[in-house]
Amino acid sequence: MSEPNKYETVVGLEVHVELHTNSKIFCGCSTAFGAPPNTHTCPVCLGHPGVLPVLNRQAVEYAMKAAMALNCQIADISKFDRKNYFYPDSPKAYQISQFDQPIGEHGWIEIEVNGETKRIGITRLHLEEDAGKLTHVDGGYASLVDFNRVGTPLIEIVSEPDIRTPEEAKAYLEKIKAIMQYCDVSDVKMEEGSLRCDANISLRPYGQKEFGTRAELKNMNSFRGVQRGLEYEQFRQAEILDGGGVVIQETRRFDDAVGKSFSMRGKEEAHDYRYFPDPDLVSLHISEEWKQSIRATIPELPDARKARYTVDYSLPSYDAEVITSSKKLADFFEESLSYTKDAKSVSNWIMGDLLGYLNANNQEISDVKITGQGLGEMIGLLEKGTINGKIAKTVFKTMLETGKLPQQIVEEQGLVQISDEGAVLQIVDQIIEANPQSVEDYRAGKDKAIGFLVGQIMKASKGKANPALANKLLIERLK
Amino acid sequence: MALFDLRLQDVHNKLNNKELSVSELVSASYARIAETEPAIQAFITLNEENARLQASELDKQLQEGGERGLLFGLPAGVKDNIVTEGLLTTCASQFLSNHNPIYDATVVRKLKAAQSVTIGKLNMDEFAMGGSNENSSYFPTRNPWNTEYVPGGSSGGSAASVAAGQVYFSLGSDTGGSIRQPAAYCGIVGLKPTYGLVSRFGLVAFASSLDQIGPLTKNVEDSAYVLQAIAGYDASDSTSANVEIPDYTSALTGDVKGLRIGVPKEYLGAGIDPRVKEAVLQALAVYESLGATWEEVSLPHTEYAIATYYLLASSEASSNLARFDGVRYGVRAENPENLIDLYKKSRSEGFGAEVKRRIMLGTYALSSGYYDAYYLKAQKVRTLIKQDFDNVFNQYDLIVGPTAPTPAFRIGEQVGDPLTMYLNDICTIPVSLAGVPAISVPCGTADGLPIGLQIIGKAFDESTVLRAAHAFEQHTEHHKQRPQL
Amino acid sequence: MSITPKDVEHVARLARLELSDAEKDQFTEQLNAILKYAEKLNGLDTENVEPTSHVLPIKNVMRADEKRPSLPIEKVLLNAPDEEDGQFKVPAVLE
Repeated sequence: MSEPNKYETVVGLEVHVELHTNSKIFCGCSTAFGAPPNTHTCPVCLGHPGVLPVLNRQAVEYAMKAAMALNCQIADISKFDRKNYFYPDSPKAYQISQFDQPIGEHGWIEIEVNGETKRIGITRLHLEEDAGKLTHVDGGYASLVDFNRVGTPLIEIVSEPDIRTPEEAKAYLEKIKAIMQYCDVSDVKMEEGSLRCDANISLRPYGQKEFGTRAELKNMNSFRGVQRGLEYEQFRQAEILDGGGVVIQETRRFDDAVGKSFSMRGKEEAHDYRYFPDPDLVSLHISEEWKQSIRATIPELPDARKARYTVDYSLPSYDAEVITSSKKLADFFEESLSYTKDAKSVSNWIMGDLLGYLNANNQEISDVKITGQGLGEMIGLLEKGTINGKIAKTVFKTMLETGKLPQQIVEEQGLVQISDEGAVLQIVDQIIEANPQSVEDYRAGKDKAIGFLVGQIMKASKGKANPALANKLLIERLK
Repeated sequence: MALFDLRLQDVHNKLNNKELSVSELVSASYARIAETEPAIQAFITLNEENARLQASELDKQLQEGGERGLLFGLPAGVKDNIVTEGLLTTCASQFLSNHNPIYDATVVRKLKAAQSVTIGKLNMDEFAMGGSNENSSYFPTRNPWNTEYVPGGSSGGSAASVAAGQVYFSLGSDTGGSIRQPAAYCGIVGLKPTYGLVSRFGLVAFASSLDQIGPLTKNVEDSAYVLQAIAGYDASDSTSANVEIPDYTSALTGDVKGLRIGVPKEYLGAGIDPRVKEAVLQALAVYESLGATWEEVSLPHTEYAIATYYLLASSEASSNLARFDGVRYGVRAENPENLIDLYKKSRSEGFGAEVKRRIMLGTYALSSGYYDAYYLKAQKVRTLIKQDFDNVFNQYDLIVGPTAPTPAFRIGEQVGDPLTMYLNDICTIPVSLAGVPAISVPCGTADGLPIGLQIIGKAFDESTVLRAAHAFEQHTEHHKQRPQL
Repeated sequence: MSITPKDVEHVARLARLELSDAEKDQFTEQLNAILKYAEKLNGLDTENVEPTSHVLPIKNVMRADEKRPSLPIEKVLLNAPDEEDGQFKVPAVLE
């Protein structure tokens, strides 16, 4: 087994993001996911003889927006090129892509890993068309081709080889996902393939300047998969180097189920994509005016929001990072704050009960019914003493499932806290009478017994007794 | 006078006066095809049942009156690389021998709107690669003036069918001369419009940056009418020009007084048949007599045009023809061992030698290490060639010369010698590279074979090209000659 | 630059063409002749010349992001050499 710290890992990521336009990049077919095979196709996206592409303006503008959000310089003149290769999922046997004049170049984003902030360079962002989908049948002897996805607009985001660990890779991907989400250019759902990632990874002894030989890793289908794939590849390459071997430059497929990568050698013949400008399309001249109009549509991005949350609401950096990593979550946070001033409390409910529930059920905030208004008002009820912390947990769970507002839940379920002295005193007396041993323990100096007795009072009141009041009255009674 | 020798206006007058019906026009077309097709072989596919059905519908409309299309009732032939829904479109290739298109080309929709009747699909060099129709994978079309001779190409079927009186007009496509050269060889009028004037949507691409669809007709006036029907901006073609379309027929005034004509010395130099040169000089004399002036000019980069063209066109073709892979349409080879075998066998069995040769040339020219030396270099030379034209057009209204260096050659004479065959295009290729419009009109014969005069204009100035061609026609008898079949 | 039969084989592989030995020889000879002819372009100084990929000064041609109806599946598969379950069928892609 190799020593873990002997080699430095160098990773560059190629991320593909499907843009959520209504129609495809070069024809009017729908881009909706999940339709029956080949029902979102036409002569253009099927590559029939004689057809011609016409560029979707929205795709260009989404790509510009994404590039700007990644701090890229936007090209003044951009164009489309043909990338020629034969594959059954590519109907024209070339992909319309961008070769030497991409929409954006020279960008960067910042990621945070273990409390440290790091800048990762973005080499380029270009616009291209997606391919179709293959499924294998006949025991692997044949494939079926569905062209619904072909022509969905994609941006490819290529990072500099600035990433040093699998955790950084995961953080980079999460940040890309968040930025795309904030910009509202993509659904960024890895499970539906609207966000995909390939990685170039190499190892070199610490101190060495030159990069080692890299492997290209494909087929990582989740953020976790990317991290696991890179961890495995790190280990595999270290073993080769330790054994005095050489890493072969090749494409490898990560199998998440097995947790290993496998060479894809032999599958592809020597590639020579023969890029040349697509004569069916004309160039894009991107004026300053056009750039400005797109720039104006970019909302506050996760980093800016995070900074605002730590300054304006004094949230811990980690909490602010987690909440802003999802735009919907951050929007939920802000909506709550229209109904309560207690940001810290909102943050705690999000970080604890909300994310606990979502993670346990593998859901996103949009999958549950709770609203920011609900959470904000619930915190208000807590402050007023209408409900106590225990009731709040019940109310919160009900809000997740029903989306009802807390006042209604409290009324419907009769959850109002009992703060009437007489009513609470009645229960206190019952409990004292029923638990002589605990009362004796308390009087003998065992303070712990008071906790047990309060617990019994809460239980007897079905959680509704005001716990502070119960505590106070109990101590008075036992004096 | 034969029915299809009548001017368009005269045909329409006869229809109006009920002296003639569309069904009679269509019947005349199929009768003439039955009579001449064994010798000419211009058609790959006939559309007889539908055409007769359409004819009776048009006749009904004729009875009822009302608005009529510009090309109402005229029997038309369509080159077989222009996609027609439900009507076999083979590009004269074995690969597409079963191809039943699922949509109509924009020009086909425009023909339908203009209410012409599509008689059938016309033979061509496979995927428009060639200048003799000998590269059709089905059969070579023959020249109506002498069936031992080629009709030219690649729109050879389009030219021969009009010359033989099988159809009233036809559509062809021109990438490096494929409308003009066969029009010259067959003694008819062929117009290549400015690149971008006519939509390419539905034209099976050979070289996307050069391809243009245009009309082949018996006279210039008809050419203007057909152009009027098919020209115009198309949102489905990103390279379509958003320009206003003038009334082309109103430009046919017969007046060429004061027109300044440049005659490139490169088009009348070595390699030009002296009889062709003589015919061109006589045509220039006609223009002089009509009050135009001409001077010798130079297009200095002409000698580089053919090399430039073959690199660019073949490169684009190698990519355009990659979609013929046997997955979604076309003829798939039987019993492939695996996917790559399926590709290789389907393509190798489906494509003829010239197509393979150009795919090979284009693939090589684009491959890594050679792109700059071949493709990029050719694109730069293209700029120089275009500048040649710009320079001349700064001082002249038109450029005039021969369409082809010689009249038609014998079938089989140049097979196996691609380079010599390519040199036939020396006068048409530079025009295609510059993207400007040009027409070929008959200007004489040599040994019973027609000679074509090429009139080249400024971009989108089809009106002046047509006006000059029409004036020439009005004062000469060449276009009235007909082959004896 | 001159093309060898090996180059021809490589190019044929890229273009997914299967050539007979006779075709290989013929193409080697013909492509050499054509490329030799094309070498005359090298005589031209194009150092400061912009390449032309379009003769017309057209730029920024785009359409609005509007959905159009797709084809019925019968039309999609009308010309399919082989199909199954509404999809195009091909021999396996080797992995």
